[in-house]
Amino acid sequence: MAILKCAGLSKRYGKVSALEGLDLAVEPGRIVGLLGPNGSGKTTLIKLANGLLRPSEGKVLIDGREPGVESKKLVSYLPERACLPEWMTVQGLLGFYGDFYADFDRAAATDMLSRLEIDPKRKLKHLSKGNREKVQLILVMSRKAKLYLLDEPIGGVDPAARDFILGTIIRSYNPEAAVIISTHLIADVEKVLDDVIFISQGKLLLNASADDLREQRGKSVDEVFREVFRC
Amino acid sequence: MEWRLDGEGPIWAQMVENVKRGIVTGAYGPGERLPAVREMALEAGVNPNTAQRALTELERQGLVYAQRTAGRFVTGDAGTIERLRRELADGKVRAFLEDMEALGYSREEILSLIRDPRDVSGGERHEA
Repeated sequence: MAILKCAGLSKRYGKVSALEGLDLAVEPGRIVGLLGPNGSGKTTLIKLANGLLRPSEGKVLIDGREPGVESKKLVSYLPERACLPEWMTVQGLLGFYGDFYADFDRAAATDMLSRLEIDPKRKLKHLSKGNREKVQLILVMSRKAKLYLLDEPIGGVDPAARDFILGTIIRSYNPEAAVIISTHLIADVEKVLDDVIFISQGKLLLNASADDLREQRGKSVDEVFREVFRC
Repeated sequence: MEWRLDGEGPIWAQMVENVKRGIVTGAYGPGERLPAVREMALEAGVNPNTAQRALTELERQGLVYAQRTAGRFVTGDAGTIERLRRELADGKVRAFLEDMEALGYSREEILSLIRDPRDVSGGERHEA
């Protein structure tokens, strides 16, 4: 069964339509790129999927149920902006996540942090921007969730941090979970993706396997994207 | 191993080509154990499903075999590896011939160019 399903999903902010009649299903075991220019509705879709927003019309279902308390146990969410309390130490955050989420694997998180040589006694605000983003991703990926929603996980970090983040996503791969990565930096993520979803102005443009797309068009996903969204 | 994935064509097919080159050049020796799917995925920076598909294809072509618990190994058969070497060489030669013919050279001219290539390093290409 699809871990994420959207049927006729629409979201309006006042008169502005952010998503319009989206139909979509994401199966477990897939790493999916949610691709579109700025303002295309990527973040709105992710916020609908984790229950931070309510649909104006249509449905979004997580493992067959509407987002709510139960679905939050299945969904691990990386917001677009840093959201962790900056005064907390890395160690403190591990405890915080452990308290909130029963599926948090502290040993896995500690292991990933030690790879980065981040001192767990340091406060978040004393880490570099790149390291703060990495810590946040490690926390999110250390949950044994069914659906990971990563909103722009590689925006604004240097290429080495980007490699670390993509490596962490690959390393955490679980055939029973799906990962949705929203980004407009396609060249950097495309090798990691099973499927790609293009959205534009709140509408679904394309939903295909990344390798099929490359094979059919004889181009990289990045090139196809540039073609589809040429200004 | 150094992975060359340039974005042209499916990634799994590019991975197959990379491993084939590794087998011929000895980066993966005959009978040697290959990295596990996830390891290979991490090394190449690709999705584990993609690495899995590449390995399955290599198995199908008889270049790699799986042992139930121990993992996947490069074939130990010298004949198979030699045939693979020839296959890769034929591919290179065909691509080269196509390029040269597109430049307007006949087979004979190409052959003589190969026997006596002019040194074009150092940017003095146009001296003649």
